[in-house]
Amino acid sequence: MTENVRDDGFDDLLDAIEAGAGFYLRCANGHGSLPPRRACPHCGDQALTQEPLPESGEIETYSVITVATPEFEEDTPYVTAIVDFGPVRLTGQVRGIDPDDVSTGLVVGPNIEQTATMGERLITFRPR
Amino acid sequence: MTTVRVAGVGLTPFGEQPERTARDLFAEAGLAAIDDSGVDSGDIEALFYGNFMGEMAEHQGHQGPLMAEAVGLDVPATRYEAACASSGVAMRQAVRTLRNGEADVLLVGGAERMNNLGTAGATEALAIAADDLYEVRAGMTFPGAYALMARAYFDEFGGTREDLAHIAVKNHENALPNEYAQFRRAITIEQALEAPLIASPLGLFDACPITDGASAVVLVSEDYAKKHGIEATVAVTGTGQGGDKMALQDRGDLATSPAADKAAKQAYEDAGISAKDVDVAEVHDCFTIAEVLATESLGFFERGEGITAAREGTTTRTGSLPVNLSGGLKAKGHPVGATGTAQIAEMTKLLRGDHARSDAIPGADVGVCHNAGGTVGSAVVHVLEVVE
Ligand SMILES: [Zn+2]
Repeated sequence: MTENVRDDGFDDLLDAIEAGAGFYLRCANGHGSLPPRRACPHCGDQALTQEPLPESGEIETYSVITVATPEFEEDTPYVTAIVDFGPVRLTGQVRGIDPDDVSTGLVVGPNIEQTATMGERLITFRPR
Repeated sequence: MTTVRVAGVGLTPFGEQPERTARDLFAEAGLAAIDDSGVDSGDIEALFYGNFMGEMAEHQGHQGPLMAEAVGLDVPATRYEAACASSGVAMRQAVRTLRNGEADVLLVGGAERMNNLGTAGATEALAIAADDLYEVRAGMTFPGAYALMARAYFDEFGGTREDLAHIAVKNHENALPNEYAQFRRAITIEQALEAPLIASPLGLFDACPITDGASAVVLVSEDYAKKHGIEATVAVTGTGQGGDKMALQDRGDLATSPAADKAAKQAYEDAGISAKDVDVAEVHDCFTIAEVLATESLGFFERGEGITAAREGTTTRTGSLPVNLSGGLKAKGHPVGATGTAQIAEMTKLLRGDHARSDAIPGADVGVCHNAGGTVGSAVVHVLEVVE
């Protein structure tokens, strides 16, 4: 664990989402990716620009996790989802809705919240 | 280029044996492989060794030399790490080294100690095969990641939990006579469907267990085998490896495993065969859905059709293409770093005719082994053929 050290790029993104100004990186060929990046993971292009993250996306796939790692033990059950924002996808936990009511295609927006077990920041999604 | 022969194989029993160190496990498997091969251990030129969670499980890095020592060898030894494909990539590097003419006799293998970590600890250790920033910190677990792929598969192609249950039932059935398997008990569709969910839509019986164990293989050049009268009727005729983005969110598609597509294509081309030539396969079924993805990547089924193969009987013991006659990871067990070479060991015995399930495939002479790392960010495929 690197508890007291910021992770360049990643923590910047979390700060930005928290401030309501999420972003992603776009290469000259239009591929989206997430920081930290020095090269596009899809084509290797190094001319990456910061673009605004769309305000909402659709749940592409999800799982209700009942057996977790020790860092998430008190968070169970929780919903992990991959949300499609168009240029990029983001992985996080779906909150603010009963796990049984989560479905693919559900429109959600990104937030930063804390884990119940460790109080760590994480990306969450709430229905929009 | 020499033809690489499998001269001998060795396994420990797979299962819960938390008190055993990885060095003890590997010593048992390595010595068994050397004994099975008939090779003078003084002729072994190097050890290629796979292990994933040694630092977390027993505070032990730098396991290469430790494991060479454990089997009584004073040779260069290197540990390879590619999550659950660790000994698969070790195997591939050994095959290439022999083909390059840089060696005539090599020991390849892997070991993993997991149960001493407990379920939570092992879940944590396995999770680090995912992207730490974007997956682990969101609470993704290893079963959770495959659950995300399973739901994506169901949404794209159809399929049900019952289809997956047929895979679990099949692999448990296959393991019954396998003396090395962790679970040698039959299960029913109902039991599989009624088991608690661990990461929806996957339940306890969709998942492989937490396993301690080791495996090893002695590889020799054709010349060496001839010169020393080593009987080695199984050859490694094809090898391939593919890679993909680390995090699922960065993949093009969540219902397929492109890294395995690439590994299979390369291995088939290398061996000069096609999917149609394959008689039997050992694939990486860490979760039931993983067997589906694997068999489609290997070209046995069109996309979306692998899901019903076990239910329809195509991949069962009496089917036209038996998959995981050993019991697979699901029932044989999955000591992650040992799995790749365990598949090679099981396949070698199946093709030699001295496996408990060899009678299911009389006359079979082409087998394929598919070993995946993480959520198939890494994949290794090997083709084994009977060459007499
Ligand atoms: Zn690009």
